[in-house]
Amino acid sequence: MSGNTNTGPSTSLWAGFWAIFTQSLTLAWRVGGGALLGLLFFLAVIIIMPFAVGPDLKLLARIGPAILWIGALLATLLGLDRLFQADLEDGALDILHGAPLPLELMVLARGLGHWVATGLPLVIGAPIFSLFLNLDATAIFGVTLTLLIGTPALVFIGVIGASLMVALQRGGMLLAVLVLPLTIPVLIFGVSASNAMNSASATIATSFSAPFLILCALTLLSLVVGPVAGAAALRLARG
Amino acid sequence: MSLIISKLVINRGERRIVGPLDVTVPRGSTLAVRGPNGAGKSTLLRALAGLLPITSGTAILSDSDDDTPMSERCHYFGHLDGLKNALTVAENLTFFQNLYGNKTMSVAQALAQVALPHTIDLPVAYLSAGMRKRVALARILLNHRPLWLLDEPTSALDTASQTRLGEMMQAHVSAGGMIIAATHLPLPGSISAVLEIEPATALLSTFDEAYL
Repeated sequence: MSGNTNTGPSTSLWAGFWAIFTQSLTLAWRVGGGALLGLLFFLAVIIIMPFAVGPDLKLLARIGPAILWIGALLATLLGLDRLFQADLEDGALDILHGAPLPLELMVLARGLGHWVATGLPLVIGAPIFSLFLNLDATAIFGVTLTLLIGTPALVFIGVIGASLMVALQRGGMLLAVLVLPLTIPVLIFGVSASNAMNSASATIATSFSAPFLILCALTLLSLVVGPVAGAAALRLARG
Repeated sequence: MSLIISKLVINRGERRIVGPLDVTVPRGSTLAVRGPNGAGKSTLLRALAGLLPITSGTAILSDSDDDTPMSERCHYFGHLDGLKNALTVAENLTFFQNLYGNKTMSVAQALAQVALPHTIDLPVAYLSAGMRKRVALARILLNHRPLWLLDEPTSALDTASQTRLGEMMQAHVSAGGMIIAATHLPLPGSISAVLEIEPATALLSTFDEAYL
């Protein structure tokens, strides 16, 4: 073992965490990865809304933040069912189990990578897509800010569902059915914070800081609960 | 260091798949696990790798100063290679190397050992089944782990690759490593011991009759 470079355990843990994070990013942006698909799906949801609601600009401006939030929620769920299912099918999950990195950190790294690859583009696209819904500058700022804070919560609630899909050996729509009810609190506080920044809907929401702070709390909570619950589900799938 | 398996039993649901099993794999030796399809060879290897729960008994690596779990001291080499089609060979192997830490050789060196240095920048999707298997073999060379658990390592390999696999295994045991290889085909390289296992359904029925 002359060429054996023995780095400390914390260095190798960080290298493993970084490896999973960057691999999630790369996979999402390669052919068939689904990062671009999520963004296009988001755009499609936003575009069909004015056709369904009709040419009432005031109404569109009032419900605009809600539409953006629902679009972002559905687009987030779109890519999640393959998150761990792909690792199960190609055998990578077996190899990941043998890594010194705790399974919780592995799930955290996968989730963060998935958010940067698929959630962040939605946040960046939101100001542009808001123009289709007749939002003014303050409202656009409000909805973008709440999406930036809120989409990690959506991803990490979805991560729990994605890990359960591995144990149940089925995916697709079941993930949406399981995860959508759990995202309701995030949706409520995200939309009410962005409504408070929207002059067209100021009558139905007055305070910005209260729902916004609760949204921050939900995100922090999901960053802790998501990896722990996800790792527990993956351990269940192994046995 | 040696692997000591004592009174190992693996049940899946109500059925006993493996055991009770007592076997010791000393340092620098290869144990071949043989048996017909469905005998529990893969189950045994997966349980040793920590991928399936052990019902009772123990499997430990006998060096008292190290409390790292078994799963982090072995390379599990199964039927599925864990390679991502969308990534290149180099990206796949670098990922596994960074994941496991304790690096022994570079990705290029490992690929040279399986005679695939020219594939380093090809997407894995372009490779044939045998070439994928060889890339997967290169993975276990990247990081040092004392115990190799090989499940049907020769399947899909041509004669030249089987010879190279034999050389790889020989080099690993010569350096003090241990190998458990499950196969129903002849293994390349020297084998220190053979463990024959039988499908356990028959065992379970005689067990029940004897103790009911």
